Amino acid sequence: MTAAAQPPRIPSDDRLKWALREALFAGLISFGMFVLYVGLETTQNIRNQLVLNQRWGLLAILVAIAVVGRFLIVYFIGPWFAARKAAKAAKTEVPTQSLLRRNIGWIALLALLVFPMAMVWLVGPQKSLKWVDNYGVQILIYVMLAWGLNIVVGLAGLLDLGYVAFYAVGAYSYALLSLYFGLSFWTLLPLAGILAAFWGIILGFPVLRLRGDYLAVVTLAFGEIIRLVLINWTDVTQGTFGVSGVPKASIFGIWSFEVGADNNFAKAFGLRQSSAYYKIFLFYVILAMCAVTAVVTIRLRNMPIGRAWEALREDEIACRSLGINTVTTKLTAFSIGAMFGGFAGAFFAARQGFISPESFTFHESAIILAVVVLGGMGSLFGIAVAAIVMIGGTELLREMHFLKTIFGPDFTPELYRMLIFGLAMVIVMVLKPRGLVSVRNPTAFLHERKAVSSAFTKEGHG
Amino acid sequence: MNAQTPLLKVEGVETYYGAIRALAGVDVEVHRGEIVCLIGANGAGKSTLMMTICGQPQARQGRILFDGEDITRVPTHLIARKRIAQSPEGRRIFPRMTVYENLQMGASLDNQTYFKEDVEKIFTLFPRLKERQAQRGGTLSGGEQQMLSIGRALMARPKLLLLDEPSLGLAPLIVKQIFEAIKLLNQQEGLTVFIVEQNAFAALKLSGRGYVMVNGKVSMEGPSKELLANPEVRAAYLEGGHH
Ligand SMILES: Nc1ncnc2c1ncn2[C@@H]1O[C@H](COP(=O)(O)OP(=O)(O)OP(=O)(O)O)[C@@H](O)[C@H]1O
Ligand SMILES: [Mg+2]
Repeated sequence: MTAAAQPPRIPSDDRLKWALREALFAGLISFGMFVLYVGLETTQNIRNQLVLNQRWGLLAILVAIAVVGRFLIVYFIGPWFAARKAAKAAKTEVPTQSLLRRNIGWIALLALLVFPMAMVWLVGPQKSLKWVDNYGVQILIYVMLAWGLNIVVGLAGLLDLGYVAFYAVGAYSYALLSLYFGLSFWTLLPLAGILAAFWGIILGFPVLRLRGDYLAVVTLAFGEIIRLVLINWTDVTQGTFGVSGVPKASIFGIWSFEVGADNNFAKAFGLRQSSAYYKIFLFYVILAMCAVTAVVTIRLRNMPIGRAWEALREDEIACRSLGINTVTTKLTAFSIGAMFGGFAGAFFAARQGFISPESFTFHESAIILAVVVLGGMGSLFGIAVAAIVMIGGTELLREMHFLKTIFGPDFTPELYRMLIFGLAMVIVMVLKPRGLVSVRNPTAFLHERKAVSSAFTKEGHG
Repeated sequence: MNAQTPLLKVEGVETYYGAIRALAGVDVEVHRGEIVCLIGANGAGKSTLMMTICGQPQARQGRILFDGEDITRVPTHLIARKRIAQSPEGRRIFPRMTVYENLQMGASLDNQTYFKEDVEKIFTLFPRLKERQAQRGGTLSGGEQQMLSIGRALMARPKLLLLDEPSLGLAPLIVKQIFEAIKLLNQQEGLTVFIVEQNAFAALKLSGRGYVMVNGKVSMEGPSKELLANPEVRAAYLEGGHH
């Protein structure tokens, strides 16, 4: 079924002739290919004799499929695709989106809400652990981190390579304060956010006058400084040994997930002891935290401060001449972004029960940033998809035991995680240089809502 | 303040870029309701003066008074809040934001209070912008970007409008349109305008008074009519096609 590449525009008369000829060729070729394999079948009968079955009917069907299929493709589908492509190229604006696409956020939320239950129901509480925790919670942590970083990088355009520092501040705030002072998760969660935000401002001040590369280098250093402090301040942080026995989060102090506790959740409800409940609870907690992050980001984008962030990303000097205080604008971006990092950190500590500086290396910052960039800076939905693909994808690799049968028993897929991560990034960036979802929705409208595709702005701008 | 106080008074201002002195003691006055133009060769320091008035960079020597108040050391965003708006050199619109959002950014000062009525005014002034309101700033043509830059500055309800080469790179017809729009604003609303132009002939026609800048200093000043007739000015800035 060979055909020369379809010329772009052919009058329909010629196209019919051409399509018929193509179909005839397809028929002949498929007949030639299938006549021996399909038309004649060899089997053995009971006495082990070779029997030749003739299946002309089946052959006819296959040939007919080839003929009709080729005809349809050449005559209808090809031109339709070409027309669509042309129409897309001609349009300057993305059309109003379909119902499904407009409500995709709600649909996703609904799916996420039933996800843990569905998993328990499908594979049982014990096996659901993997799906709810390794995939669900893990991915959602990165979604939250990436959304937090998105405020700094995607909206305000401040390249921050040390974001993991705030994640660490949040995690250590919770771990240490709960261990030393016995404060609960729900008291410490806001506190961790505030502390991280405070450190965001601390970082913000010295880098106020920096942009681009210089800013990136300084934030990178900041991330390392925080990590080195955690390693070396052994009296408090126990250095590289890390902090273990971090208390679990409770259901608002009513039910606990600590095994010995009187108000243990499983005991209170007469359930069998299982860590699944805690993981499911954590799933909903991080889901709620993500939801808050998303709502806050969307609201902020529509407020003067959010617009100021976006304007800042585009032109700082113009911003100032319009009366925008770029100092406070930058500091709020840093501190709000850091705050979400801090929340995520506290959650991380409560989930792991153990934290060490190992978890907060530059590598982590790089992954979060990669998710933001891959998602199409600024797009919450794109970032969530990127997190699912990148984090879920690498997690999935651990499962690919069948690869061992291909590459030999010594093959450990996990080792190739980063390779594949990198490969995926290169592919996405080649195919969609502005990230998975590269549409920026304007926040202001006079008449109707129109999305403007980023395809129409210069590459590398913003 | 009494009516005799100039709206803008620049006194002996010196501005440096590192060790380079771009303004070497500039004195300029702009009174309420005036259109004042500033002409001069490339690199004379015209744009630097405009930016210095806005406080980026700040003057190292001298004083800048706005409405009698010293704004020499005031941060840029606070100067803007005193209602000095600028359409700067290079236009500096927000490329990824739509035309409409760019205009909104211009109205940041009043928290969009007068946005609806003001944006309609801008759209009557520049109907092109109305047609293009959902388009990204960066994809506008040069002339449209210039209109947007001026429109955005006007959204701030300025007392003083600074225009840095509004005619740069535009077709003569568009230049005429923009200059007419400026004149209209000046006559109808008493808007005070300080305009830098390479197109000296058009600028002197538009304005009441003018300054000529050479190497970071004002070398000549006076009513625009006199400058137009001055042989020195003619030789340096006007010979070559405009008349
Ligand atoms: N950011 C800067 N850093 C260093 N030097 C600068 C900077 N901006 C301007 N200059 C220098 O200051 C002098 C005045 O520049 P300015 O832009 O004010 O000139 P101009 O009169 O606006 O010229 P043009 O008509 O070409 O726009 C020039 O010699 C220029 O090279
Ligand atoms: Mg200039």
